[in-house]
Amino acid sequence: MENHIQIRNLKVRIGSTEIIKNADINIPDGQVTAILGPSGCGKTTLLRSMNRFLDLTENSRVEGEVFLDGQNIYAPGVDVTEIRRRIGLLAQRPYSLPMSIYENVAYGLRIHRVNQSKNLKPIIRHYLELAGLWDEVKSRLSDPASALSIGQQQRLCLARGLALEPEVILADEPTSALDPISAQHIEGKLQELKEKYTIVLVTHTLRQARRLADHVVFMYLGEVVEQGPAREVFDNPQMERTKAYLQGSIG
Amino acid sequence: MVKSPEKVEDDHAREAGKVLASRQRAERRASFEFRALSTLPAALFVVILIVLLVRAWPILQQKSLVGLLLGDVWRPSEGQFGFLPFIAGSLWVTVLAMIFAAPVSILCAIFLSEYARPTTKALIKPLIDILAAIPSVVYGLWGVLVIVPWVQQSVGPALGRWFPFLPLFNSSNPTGYSILSGALVLAVMVVPFIIAISYEVMRTVPRGYHEASLAVGATRWQTVRYVVFPRVAGGLIAGVVLGTSRAFGETMAVLMVVGNNPIIPHSIFDAAYPLTALIANNYGEMMSIPLYDSALLASALLLMLIVLLFNVFAALALRRATAREQA
Ligand SMILES: Nc1ncnc2c1ncn2[C@@H]1O[C@H](COP(=O)(O)OP(=O)(O)OP(=O)(O)O)[C@@H](O)[C@H]1O
Ligand SMILES: [Mg+2]
Repeated sequence: MENHIQIRNLKVRIGSTEIIKNADINIPDGQVTAILGPSGCGKTTLLRSMNRFLDLTENSRVEGEVFLDGQNIYAPGVDVTEIRRRIGLLAQRPYSLPMSIYENVAYGLRIHRVNQSKNLKPIIRHYLELAGLWDEVKSRLSDPASALSIGQQQRLCLARGLALEPEVILADEPTSALDPISAQHIEGKLQELKEKYTIVLVTHTLRQARRLADHVVFMYLGEVVEQGPAREVFDNPQMERTKAYLQGSIG
Repeated sequence: MVKSPEKVEDDHAREAGKVLASRQRAERRASFEFRALSTLPAALFVVILIVLLVRAWPILQQKSLVGLLLGDVWRPSEGQFGFLPFIAGSLWVTVLAMIFAAPVSILCAIFLSEYARPTTKALIKPLIDILAAIPSVVYGLWGVLVIVPWVQQSVGPALGRWFPFLPLFNSSNPTGYSILSGALVLAVMVVPFIIAISYEVMRTVPRGYHEASLAVGATRWQTVRYVVFPRVAGGLIAGVVLGTSRAFGETMAVLMVVGNNPIIPHSIFDAAYPLTALIANNYGEMMSIPLYDSALLASALLLMLIVLLFNVFAALALRRATAREQA
C-alpha cells in the first residue's frame, strides 16, 4: 500500500508556541484517514500544513517535510497554487463565493484556465451531481450561491473543489456546522468519493470516524500518539491516551 | 417578629414590581434623551440650511436660477453674478484630484489589508492616520512652497512640450498657481481619508472567503479581484464619494494654490476659482454692493446642497453594499 502523503519531522510554531511537535504521519493512498484528538490538540493545524494554508497564518513557522507523491511541498520553488489544485479543502463552515451557483463550480476551472471551452455546462453538471446537489439547483444555476441553505452550500463547496479533480480531499469537521440530514448527505458523499480520492478527515464524531475511516491518526497536545489501520486502533488501541479518548474520558 | 413565608413572597413580589417600574421609567427616559440627542445634528443642519436660504433669498428672487447657475460673468459691482466659473473651478479641481487620489487610495488599501505583513501594517497605518490629521493650511503651505514651483518649472513646460496639440495641457498662465496644483494638494489630502475608509471596508470580509478562494489554488490577486472586490465594491464607491465630497468642500489648502481667477478654465494649467475660495476670500468685504452678501450666501447654499448630495449618494451605496452583505 502506497502512502499518498508522508509527513516527516513536522514542527509547527505559531508565535512562540510549538503547536505540532515532530509529527511523522503516513496518509495511505485511496483511503479515508481520520485525524482524531481532543479540542486544541492541533488537528486543524496539521490539516492546514498539508495544503500550505499555514502560509496564511501570521507568525507561523513550519519545519520538516510534507511529501505529496514523493514531492516535498515545502521545497523552495514549489508552486503553491498547483499544490492547492491537487489537494482540495472542505472547510468546517461553507463559504460560497459571491457569484452564481454555476460560477462557484466554474471558479477553479477559470482560475487555472484548465478548460477554455465556452460551454462548461456538462462539466458543471457532472460535479454538481457528484456532490449530490444537481437536482436541487438545476433550475436556478444562475442564482446567487448565497441563496442556498448551509447544507447545500457545503455540497456546493464540495463540487467546487471536486471540479479541479484533486487527488486528495482535506475535510475539517465538514459536517459539524450542518443539520443532521445535511450532515448525513455529506458523509454519504465522502463514503462514495473514497473510491477515487485520498481523504483526510478531521472529526469529533467518533461514530462518524468508525463509519468512514480506514486509517486513524490520534493526536494529543500536538503530538501523534498513535496511528494505524482503523480497525486496529479502534478495537485494540496500544496507548493509554487513545483508550481513554475512545472511551470518552478525554476530549 | 418572623414574617410568614407568604408575607415574604408578597413583599418580594411588590419590591420586584417597584424595581421593574422604575427600570422601565429609566429606560423610557434614556431612550427619549438619546433620540433627542441624535436628532440634534439633523436639526442643526436644517437650521443652517434655513438661515442660508433666508439670506440668499433676495438674489434668488431678483435673478433667475438658470441665470445664476449658468452665468459666466462675475462682476458684482455691475450687478452680474454668474456662478458658473466657480462651479466649473470646483469641478475641475475636484475631478482631477479624484482621478489622482481614488486609484492610489484603493490600491493602497488593498495592499494594506490583503498583502502587507503585520509589521508593515503596524508601521504604515498610523502614518496614514497622521497624514489625515495634518491641518489643511499646512498642506496649503506645502503646496505653495513645493507643488506650485514644481508645476510651474517642470510639469507645465514638459507637458506643453510633449503634447502641444492637447488644449488640456496648454495655458497662458505661467505662474504655477493652477488647477493642477490645487488637485495635487487636494489629492494628497484626501488619500489618507479614502484609504482609511476603504481599508475598514475591506477588513469586513471574513477570512473564510479568502480561504475558500485560495483553497482551490487562486492567487492572492485573483482572490482580491473575484472574491473580495465584488463584496466591497459598494463600500469602496461610498469611500470615494465621501472623499470627493471632502475634496469639494476643502477650502484653505486649495485657495492658497489655485490662483483664484474667476474664469472658466480650459486647461489644467489655468487658474481657477472654486466655490469655497469665493466664499472664504470675499465674505465680509465690499458688503455695500447690492446683493453681494446674498450672492455669496447663495453660493454657500449651493455648496452645501452639492456636498449633501454626495453624502446621500455615499450612504445609499453603503446601504446597498451592506444589504447584500447580509443577504
Ligand atoms: N492563528 C493562531 N494563532 C495562535 N494560536 C493558534 C492559531 N491557530 C491555532 N492556534 C493554537 O494551536 C493549537 C491547535 O489548534 P487547532 O485549531 O489546530 O486545534 P484543533 O485540534 O483543530 O482543535 P478543535 O478540535 O477545537 O478544532 C491550539 O492551542 C490553538 O490555540
Ligand atoms: Mg479544528
